[in-house]
Amino acid sequence: MGTVTIEIDGVSLEAETGSMIIEIADDAGMHIPRFCYHKKLSVAANCRMCLVDVSNSPKAVPACATPVADGMKVLTNSTKARIAQKSVMEFLLINHPLDCPICDQGGECELQDVALGFGNDVSRFTEGKRVVQDKNIGPLIETDMTRCIHCTRCVRFGTEVVGMREMGATGRGEHMEIGTYIEKSIESEVSGNIIDLCPVGALTAKPSRYKARAWEMQSTAGVSPHDCLGTNIEIHHRRGEVIRVVPRENEKINEVWISDRDRFSYQSVTDSERLTQPKIKKDGQWQTCDWETALTHVCDQLNNIKQSEGVENIGALISPSATLEEMYLTQKLMRGLGSHNIDHRLRQVDFSSQFEAPMFPGMEFDIDALEDMDATLLIDADLRREQPLLALRLRKSTRHGRVMSVHSGEVENNFKVSPNVSVPASDLLAQLQGIVAALIEQHKEVSAELTELFVDIKPTPDQQTIASELRINDNACLLVGQSALEHSKSSHIRWLAKTISDLSGCAFGELTAGANTAGGYIAGALPHRLSAAEESNICGWNTQQMLQKGLSAYLLMNTEPELDSSYRDAARVSLLKSKFVVMMTPFAKGEFLDYADVLLPIAGFTETSGTFINVCGEWQSFTAAVKAKGEARPAWKVLRVLGNLLELDGFDYVSSQEINAAVKERFESTTDARVGHFQRPDSLESGGEKPRPLSMYDMDSLTRRSLCLQMSVQGQDNWRRDQIEHLVASQSLPETESPDSLINLSASSAESETASLQESSDA
Amino acid sequence: MANEVCFRTMHLDEPWTLEAYKSVGGYKVWRDILKNKTPANDIIEQLKTSALRGRGGAGFPTGLKWSFMPRGMPGQKYVVCNSDEGEPGTFKDRDILRFNPHQLIEGMAIGGYVMTATVGYNYMRGEFYEPFARMEQALKEAYDEGLLGKNILDSGIDFDLYNHMGAGAYICGEETALIESLEGKKGQPRFKPPFPANYGVFGRPTNVNNTESYASVPVILQHGGQWFLDLGIPNNGGTKIFSVSGHIKQPGNYEVAMGMPFKDLLQQCGGMRGDKPLKAVIPGGSSSPVLPASVMMDITMDYDAIGKAGSMVGSGAVMVIEEGTCMVELAARTAHFYYEESCGQCTPCREGTGWMSRVLHRILDGEGKIEDLDNLQDIADNIMGRTICALGDAAAMPMGGFLKHYKHEFEHMIRTGRRWVDDQQNAA
Ligand SMILES: Cc1cc2nc3c(=O)[nH]c(=O)nc-3n(C[C@H](O)[C@H](O)[C@H](O)COP(=O)(O)O)c2cc1C
Ligand code: SF4
Ligand code: FES
Repeated sequence: MGTVTIEIDGVSLEAETGSMIIEIADDAGMHIPRFCYHKKLSVAANCRMCLVDVSNSPKAVPACATPVADGMKVLTNSTKARIAQKSVMEFLLINHPLDCPICDQGGECELQDVALGFGNDVSRFTEGKRVVQDKNIGPLIETDMTRCIHCTRCVRFGTEVVGMREMGATGRGEHMEIGTYIEKSIESEVSGNIIDLCPVGALTAKPSRYKARAWEMQSTAGVSPHDCLGTNIEIHHRRGEVIRVVPRENEKINEVWISDRDRFSYQSVTDSERLTQPKIKKDGQWQTCDWETALTHVCDQLNNIKQSEGVENIGALISPSATLEEMYLTQKLMRGLGSHNIDHRLRQVDFSSQFEAPMFPGMEFDIDALEDMDATLLIDADLRREQPLLALRLRKSTRHGRVMSVHSGEVENNFKVSPNVSVPASDLLAQLQGIVAALIEQHKEVSAELTELFVDIKPTPDQQTIASELRINDNACLLVGQSALEHSKSSHIRWLAKTISDLSGCAFGELTAGANTAGGYIAGALPHRLSAAEESNICGWNTQQMLQKGLSAYLLMNTEPELDSSYRDAARVSLLKSKFVVMMTPFAKGEFLDYADVLLPIAGFTETSGTFINVCGEWQSFTAAVKAKGEARPAWKVLRVLGNLLELDGFDYVSSQEINAAVKERFESTTDARVGHFQRPDSLESGGEKPRPLSMYDMDSLTRRSLCLQMSVQGQDNWRRDQIEHLVASQSLPETESPDSLINLSASSAESETASLQESSDA
Repeated sequence: MANEVCFRTMHLDEPWTLEAYKSVGGYKVWRDILKNKTPANDIIEQLKTSALRGRGGAGFPTGLKWSFMPRGMPGQKYVVCNSDEGEPGTFKDRDILRFNPHQLIEGMAIGGYVMTATVGYNYMRGEFYEPFARMEQALKEAYDEGLLGKNILDSGIDFDLYNHMGAGAYICGEETALIESLEGKKGQPRFKPPFPANYGVFGRPTNVNNTESYASVPVILQHGGQWFLDLGIPNNGGTKIFSVSGHIKQPGNYEVAMGMPFKDLLQQCGGMRGDKPLKAVIPGGSSSPVLPASVMMDITMDYDAIGKAGSMVGSGAVMVIEEGTCMVELAARTAHFYYEESCGQCTPCREGTGWMSRVLHRILDGEGKIEDLDNLQDIADNIMGRTICALGDAAAMPMGGFLKHYKHEFEHMIRTGRRWVDDQQNAA
C-alpha cells in the first residue's frame, strides 16, 4: 500500500491509500464529530454526523466513508461543513428525549458532547416526539430505546465481532427499532461491550444503573482476574465503592473489549456478603475476633500440628487467580515452615510430567498474532467459555484463515471450524496421535524411534487435513485448551501437542486456568519446584494428593477447593476431617464455614495491589482501586504478618512491589537450562477421562458470587447451580465501618501494620 | 411514431408469447451475437451513439454504464434488472413485463454477453403477481427454445436468468437496496462508492438497469444506434414510455418519441378530464418537482427541456393535475409517502421525512404557523445531498417545487385554515 498526501484544515498529512478521512484525522488528533463510526467496526455511514467539506465535491461527504486521494483538501470546519454538521445534529435531536438529567449516560454521552458543539439551544421541532418501548434484554444491560440514535454500532458488534446476531434493526424509517426482535435476553459472553459502544444512553449497565455520575467517579487501572489473557480493565469507583468496570484499551491483549465476567464480576466484592472481620470457630460456633487473636491462633495451631503430626501434614492450596505476590509469599511461608505441599494447579489431574514442564505453561506467540493465523488447531479448547476474548481474536483470523478443532464435550464456536472433530474424552489421545502419524507420513526427516512409535496408527482424512494445514501454512499455530489440562492423560496430550508443533513447525500455545497460572509457576507455588523453576530437593504433595490423601492442616489462599478443584468429594471429606483449616477469603459465605477453623478476611480483587503474569508471560502490576472492606486486608499483608509471627526469615516486605521485585530478580537470573522438556514416552497411551468442565460463570469464586452474572442466561445454565446458588446474596447490607478500622486502613508500612493490628486488639 | 421500441408487440394478439415476439424480429440480435460473437465494444458503441439514458430515474447513459463493468475481471459477474417500479405514478415496467417479456430477456442476455456476466436476476416488486407469472412463462419458453442456459446454441456462451420477487418496498428500487434484498437481507441501501460495478450482488461486479433500459437494447441493436437517436432529438435519443395519470381522459402508457411537446402528449391522452383547465404537472414521478401549466404547455418531453424548467424526466410518470386541486394536500400526501418509505438507516432521511410530513399535516389540520414554510424549505435543503441514497433527495425535491410555485396556497391555509382552491372557486 502506498501513501498519499492530503490536507485537513490546512495541515498536510501522510495517509495510507485506502484509508478513510476520519482515520487520518483521528491519527492526527483532529476531531471530526461522529456517532456510527467506530474503529473496530465496519463503516456504516448512517449517522451523517461526520460530513466534511472536500475539494471538488459539491456535497459535503462523510469522513468515515470517503477514502483519501492524493492532494485531497478537507475542511472540517468550513461553512459548508458546519452547516451540514449542524443540520444532522438537529435531525438527531428532534426525536431524542433530551432527558439527560435522568439518563445514566449523562456526562459521558457522545450525543451530549457533540450537541454542545453543534446543537442549537432552542429547537424548531414542535411536533410530538417518537417514543419507543424499552426491551428487557436480560440482567446485564438496561435499555432505553427512545434514546437510540440508530447508529447500529450494537448491531454491527454482534454481527461482525461476536458472530452472533443478537441485536438487529426491525421496522423501517422512523419506525425502525433496535432490539432483539422477539424480546429475549442477550446471551453472548461479551455482550456488555455494546454498553460502551452505544454512544447514547439507550444501552447502559444494569447493575450500576443510577449508582453514580460519570464525573463523580475516579478511575484506577486494573487487570481482570478471570482468565489467562490479563485483560486490561479500568475500575470506576466513588468514595471507596466500586461502581463499575470498563475496558482499558490494550491493542496487544484485549483491544477495546472485555468479557461480561470481566465487567460484572465486581458485584461479588461489592454486593455479596463480605467477610469483614477475622473469625475463629470455637466449639462449632463462629466468633469474631481481632487480627492478632486470629493470627496468633493460626501460628499456634500450625506450630502444634507441626510438632505433633509433622510438617509434611500441612499444606497450602492457592487460587490460580491469586497475585504473584500472594503466590510467592504463600509458598515461602509453607517452605519456611518446612512443608512443600503447595499447589495452585487445582483442576489438574495428571501430574506425571510435572518435572518436564516448562518454566511456565503458556503461549509461545503473542495474543494479537492470533488474528493473522492462516491455520489454527484448537486442542480441546472451548475459547468462548474459557478465554472469551481469544475467541474474538481467533474469529478475525477466519476471514482469511482456517480454524480446526479436536475436542471432547460440547463446544460451540462463534466462527467457522473445519474440520471440527468432536470425540469422547477417551478418544482425544487417539485423535492427536492420528495427526502426529499424518505428519510423520508427510514429513521427510523424522527420527526412527518416533516413526516406530506411530507405525500402527492410520490417520483419517480429517487428521491428514489438519496435519497438512499446520505444516503448509507459515502462519500456523495450535492451542491446547484449558480443559485439555484437566484430562487424566494431559501429560501425553501435551507431549502429542508439542510433537505436532515440532513436526509441523506451527507455533505452540497452552491456555491455562485462572488469571495467573504463569505467576504460580514462576512464584514456585508448586510442590516440586521453587520459585523461578529452581530445583527443589524435596517434592511435596500436589493438589490431588493433598485432597485425596488428606492432610492435618490446610492453608487455603482464596480458594474453595470443593468448587475450584477437580476433587469435590475428596476435598469435602479431607477438609472436614482435617484438624485445622485456615481460610483466607474476601467472602463470608461458602462451604468453608463447615470445614474451616479460622477465617482471615482478605481484600477483594479491586482492593489489593499485585501482579498477574499472563499466558504470554507479560507481567502486569496493578494497584488497589479502593480500600478493603471492614478489617479485611490485602492478602500479601496478611501473609507477611503471618510469616513474621511464625518468626520466619524474609517477610519484611513493605510493599507488594518489593515482593514483585524479589521474584523478578530470581526470574531474570534463571536460564532455560533449569527447565525440562517433554520426554518421548516409551509407548503410546490411550483412553483417559476428563471431569465435566465448569460452566462459564462457575469458574472462580468471583463469578459464582456475582448476582447479575448468575441471573444471566449463561448463569442460569450453570450445571452446578444447586451447589453455588446459596453463595449469591440477593441483597447485601451496606457496611458500617468502625473508627478503629479506619485507622487501620491508613496503615501502610510493615511496622505500622503490625502495630495497628496490635493497637486495635488492645482497644 | 408510437410503440416502436419496448411496446413493439403491443398490436399483436397475446403479444407476450415467444411467437409474437419472434414475429417482430425478436431474438434476431441475440442469435446474431451468439453466432458472430459481435465484439462487446461495438455493442457499447451503438448504445453510446443511441444516447439511451437509464429509464429508472437518474437518466445515466446506459452505454457508459455498461463500459464501467470490469469485463476482463475473472469470476462471477451479474446483470440485474430493476423491475421494482415503486415511484408513485410509474407503471410502464409492469406493461413491459406483461406484454413484452421476451424483449427484456433478450436485452438482459445481451447485457450479460457484453459485460461477461453469466447470471442475471430480474427483481420485480412484490405486488407484481401477474407480471411475474408472465415472466416465468416467457423464461420457460426461452429456455425451451435454447436461448438461455449453458453453452447457448453451441456458442460457448452461458447465460442463466432468474426472476425474483421482492416484498413490496419502495426503497428496494434503489439499486443497492435491491442488491441487499436480492441477497436475502433487509432492503437498505449501501454506501457508494463502491458502486455495484465493483461491488454488487454477493460482492461481485454487477450492472443494474431499469426494465425499460434493458428492453430498449435489442431494438437499438437491430436498427442501429443512429436510428434510435433519430427517433428522438439530439442528446435525448429514442422513444420513452410515459405513464400518464391524473385528471385526463385516457390514463395509460404512451411510448412516444423524446422531444414531443407536452401539449401533444396531452392530446394523445384525450385531453383533460371534464375538459377542465390544466393546473400543473408532475412530469417524472412523485420525486420530481411540480411544474405549473404555463410552463408545461410550452415545453417538450425530454431530459433537457424538463431539466431546464426545473424538474426531471425521472421515471417518466406524468401526473396531470387539474385546476381546483389543493397543492397543500398534494404536498402532504407526497411527503407522507416518503416518510413511510424511508428505510430509516441514515439520519437526515429518517428524521427529516417524518418532520416534513408532520408539519404539512399540521398545516392541513389548521394548526400551521407562517414560519413552518421556511422551516419546510430548510428541512428539505438539509436532507438534500446528505443521505446514503437518493431517497432523501426524492423526498426533498418535490417540497421545493410546491413551495416555489404554490406558496400562496400554503400561506392561505395557515392564515385562514381553509383551502385556497375552495376560496378561489367561491369567489368566482
Ligand atoms: C428511492 C429510490 C427508488 C428507486 N426506485 C427505482 C425503481 O423502482 N425502478 C428503477 O428502475 N430504478 C429505481 N431507482 C433508481 C435505481 O437506483 C437505479 O438508478 C436504476 O435502476 C438504474 O437503472 P437505469 O440506469 O437503467 O436507470 C430508484 C432510486 C431511488 C433512490
Ligand atoms: S442502541 Fe445505541 S448502539 Fe445500538 S443503534 Fe441505538 S444508539 Fe446505536
Ligand atoms: S460517523 Fe460518518 S456517517 Fe456516522
